[in-house]
Amino acid sequence: MPEAPALELDGLERHYGDRPALSGVSLSLPAGQTLGVFGSNGAGKSTLLRVLATLLRPHGGTARVLGAELPKEAWKVRGRVGYLGHEPLLYPQLSAEENLAFHARLHGVAPARAKELIDQVGLALRANDPVRELSRGMIQRLSAARAVLHDPLLLLLDEPRAGLDPAAADLLDPLIGAASGRTRVVVSHDPATPCDLALGLRGGSQVSLGTPDPAKLRELYT
Amino acid sequence: MIRSAGAILRKDLRLEVRTKESVPAMVLFVVVVYVLFHFGLDRDTLSGDLASGVLWVTLLLSAILGVNRLFAAEQLDGILLAPIDRTAVWLAKATALFIYLVAVQIVAIPAFALLLLGPGLDPGIVPILLLADIGLAATGALVAGLASETRARDLIVPLLLLPLLMPVLIAAARATTPLFDGPDGDLGRWLGLLGLYDLVFVLVSIAVFDYLLED
Repeated sequence: MPEAPALELDGLERHYGDRPALSGVSLSLPAGQTLGVFGSNGAGKSTLLRVLATLLRPHGGTARVLGAELPKEAWKVRGRVGYLGHEPLLYPQLSAEENLAFHARLHGVAPARAKELIDQVGLALRANDPVRELSRGMIQRLSAARAVLHDPLLLLLDEPRAGLDPAAADLLDPLIGAASGRTRVVVSHDPATPCDLALGLRGGSQVSLGTPDPAKLRELYT
Repeated sequence: MIRSAGAILRKDLRLEVRTKESVPAMVLFVVVVYVLFHFGLDRDTLSGDLASGVLWVTLLLSAILGVNRLFAAEQLDGILLAPIDRTAVWLAKATALFIYLVAVQIVAIPAFALLLLGPGLDPGIVPILLLADIGLAATGALVAGLASETRARDLIVPLLLLPLLMPVLIAAARATTPLFDGPDGDLGRWLGLLGLYDLVFVLVSIAVFDYLLED
């Protein structure tokens, strides 16, 4: 029997007041694949990620994430997705290690995993420094470590390379890149971002879906 | 749920120790108001219901400061992504607020006695304070959660919280009046009302907090 898709969306809608932020988004993403989400500012990319992360309720259509229907079975999704958004979701006054240890406790993960990840993202020497003293790139690395702390099946990544130098981006590849083997949804402004399926959004509406074609995706930004 | 609440509480207390944003502001507010009453009323001592009213209105307003700050530094999305019972957030915030209130009162009550009562304070005030603090903490954490995602938090918290806390103010003030040389009252009745209020708002918070944090 074929494996159920990791993501199944059918006519997904979400509004902010009267303003539609997402409408008519329909797609199916097999497990282990990467969905690239493209579109100019305000196209609804981040809203889509927040809906999939259960941080926003869908207002119409259906959404199944890892087999669970949103919003009814949102509790089944939490703890199985890793979310890396625009906000690092870290406490500036706590150290890198304290931040990860806190999230580890919430997810029921051993504290040793937090230390292991701090090493992996190259922050071992800054582990005890308050996050407010870290550079933007370091905070992004720590935030990526937070997103994969609980070994999620699905990664929701909003411009994950923002603020990273090439070496740091390479460092994160085994954790959040295609090499991680996880199903991924990656929001990007770079039409050349590698993915298996490309979703184009404009004004909250789905305008394209299919094999990634950088030339076509570039039209979304004109 | 207790384990998750414990993790959030430890994190909140650690943040408060490092930032000193809530308790020092609350203590300063209370002490300054008692000093103002001392000079503004131009009396060395107060007694009865006036003393009780000054004590409790000031403590209540200082609690608003703490409630406003409860979610200010919170990275709520990070917590909401975890597979935890969201009531753990309320439990942690209510416990943190209770600890803040007790810490404030350790300074505020002697300051009140020194500035407005004269020497000596009946230790019978302790159970009244503790019962009132439970009610303040339970309701405060509930309202803070409700207002956490709004821009007008500083306005919404007092507007919602002060009416909800009127029973606490009335019962605590009435229970305290006899301790300040006021007429004897039915202490058991007022303590019972405080206990009932605590029970109702703890149960209401447990029942609804999960839904408050839903988008």
